[in-house]
Amino acid sequence: MPFPLRPARVHEACGPGATGFAAVACAQAQGDLIWIRESWQAETLHPVGLSAFFDPSRLLVAQARNQIDALAVAEDALRDGSVALVVAEFSRALDLREGRRLQLAAQAGGSTGLCLIGEGMGSNAAETRWLCAPVFDPQDKAPSTRMRWEIIKNKSGTVGAWHVRWNAEAHRLDVVSPASQ
Amino acid sequence: MFDGTQRRIVSMWFPRLPSDRVLRTCPTDRPFALTLRAENTDRIYCLNAMAEARGLHRGMPFAQARAFCSDLGHAPADPVADARMLAVLRRWATRYCPWVGRDGRDGLALDITGSAHLAGGEQAMLDDMRGRLARAGFAVRLGLGDSPGAAWALARHGDGRGGERAAPGQGARALAPLPVAALRLDEATSIGLQRLGLRRIGDLVATPRAPLARRFGPNLLTRLDQALGRQPESIAPEPDPPSYVTRLTLPEPIGLTADVMAGTERLLRALCDRLKAQEAGVRVLCLTLRRVDQASRQVELRLAAAMRDPARILPLFARGVDEVEAGFGIDQLRLEATQVEPLPVAQIGRMQVAQDRLENLITRIGTRIGLENIQRFLPADSHIPERSFLIAPAAWSQPEAGWSASLPRPLRLFAPEPLVARGSTPPARLRWRRMALDVTRAIGPERIAPEWWLDDPQWRTGLRDYWRIDTRQGRRLWMFHTPQNPGWFVQGEFA
Repeated sequence: MPFPLRPARVHEACGPGATGFAAVACAQAQGDLIWIRESWQAETLHPVGLSAFFDPSRLLVAQARNQIDALAVAEDALRDGSVALVVAEFSRALDLREGRRLQLAAQAGGSTGLCLIGEGMGSNAAETRWLCAPVFDPQDKAPSTRMRWEIIKNKSGTVGAWHVRWNAEAHRLDVVSPASQ
Repeated sequence: MFDGTQRRIVSMWFPRLPSDRVLRTCPTDRPFALTLRAENTDRIYCLNAMAEARGLHRGMPFAQARAFCSDLGHAPADPVADARMLAVLRRWATRYCPWVGRDGRDGLALDITGSAHLAGGEQAMLDDMRGRLARAGFAVRLGLGDSPGAAWALARHGDGRGGERAAPGQGARALAPLPVAALRLDEATSIGLQRLGLRRIGDLVATPRAPLARRFGPNLLTRLDQALGRQPESIAPEPDPPSYVTRLTLPEPIGLTADVMAGTERLLRALCDRLKAQEAGVRVLCLTLRRVDQASRQVELRLAAAMRDPARILPLFARGVDEVEAGFGIDQLRLEATQVEPLPVAQIGRMQVAQDRLENLITRIGTRIGLENIQRFLPADSHIPERSFLIAPAAWSQPEAGWSASLPRPLRLFAPEPLVARGSTPPARLRWRRMALDVTRAIGPERIAPEWWLDDPQWRTGLRDYWRIDTRQGRRLWMFHTPQNPGWFVQGEFA
């Protein structure tokens, strides 16, 4: 599985489990994190929930007015390179120009980018695109975090799908066998 | 005197400073008083000459004053603004001599030793002070003596017709006819002296010292010696607050971004040197670019942390300077640190460099979306999910440890979304956001009671029983049931 994400590139995650994917990516990154979102969105991150994955004191949240500002902030943060991972939530599809600009900024600065997008809204410039969804398995222990991560676009590798589970005690990602139906 | 020179002190007393301050901006030809509310009563704090002539006095209840004088204009007193006014006057008074100190709430003491000749002599200097203050709308009484005590006494108790000036070495003679209260004594002492028949300072000088000291304590004789110049007394001048402004005027107008940045760099160097000398760091910078056509453009830079390193600050100006329309050219640059914080010298380490880079990034992003829109989470001590964390601007807070979750909490929170369900256990099937979900596992309930000491409209429905729901379709929801006000809501989603 091409995870942890390839550094200094911009990746995309979509699907209902994209937040969980971003939380695991944040946990794997070493250093400060910035999470860019548009301020009009009603859903907020819950830092107590994130603390099962990583220490929320590493996290900065940038509230942009609109997607233009969010893109500009993401480009600044990626080009600066002082944060390990830049997570950006976008509500509108990125075109090739915007995606490419982010990709070039990430290559120049050395930060990794992760765009959380709606399904089917990816840009062609992304390094990888992941479709993430939580999965139910009756054999799991009670508070299960089993997710199905499918890589649906990969510039430098093959695609595939994996079932993973976040191990909160060990702070580790376990790859597990698919749920038996 | 103590080092061979004759000291000369001017004491300025503004008997009606608070009301003069208010009446400067809105002059009136009616009686006027300032009122201060103390002990549940409005009392007269200060009043103008016309009100005094009508028989009103300070400390009088305001209602009574209104009864005496129906056309009395009034305004609330503001002692803080008065103190600020006195500071302004103190700064103004340094035009006469460098050594000016504040004296109480309504007076100044100026050490004009050796500077009187610059104004054309002592009398000319006093006339100049009186004239300028009268034009500014301040009633003033001046006293000039050999010691601060003598000047104080002459200003407050002199006859105001030229007798307020004691010639050099003649302090004792000038003070002799003044009442003993002119010695800055407390009320009990001056009343006690008057009961003994010692009404004037001259009487006091002629009295043997030992019985006085025995009866009234050492303070009386200290004050007497200070007024007569036998004991030294210093005036405490105040340093001017450091000014963090630098300016560059150009012989030829400039218009290129690179030129403006070069000018800004020059200003920034000078400013940062000044900040370094004061161990201060700048938080908000304002660059004013004046154009040839007299219009000016401002570039404000709000920094994520106090800093004084020109190499770090300059690149942060790039975006703001780039947006300025230069027109026919810029011929003056002015850089001001509008908000300054103390910043002691600190050891630079590897961690500090990473911290500096992050602060630079916050500043750069802050110039685009506003510095307060870059936030961080701080832990808070509450069981209520919405209040279990605080959101603080990253530029004005430090990261805090202490995150803990005893029970699993969702990654996303949203405003509670109602469900169609009944009963106190989760339903087997539910519709949420136009999805049909089959509940396969429910963990709970976890009862959270509202914080009764805070009235939160969201929590008016009472207790909440939280359930963690796993669905066959995969989604893991955080739902609650309100038993006191039956209803089901979804409030969050797990990873």
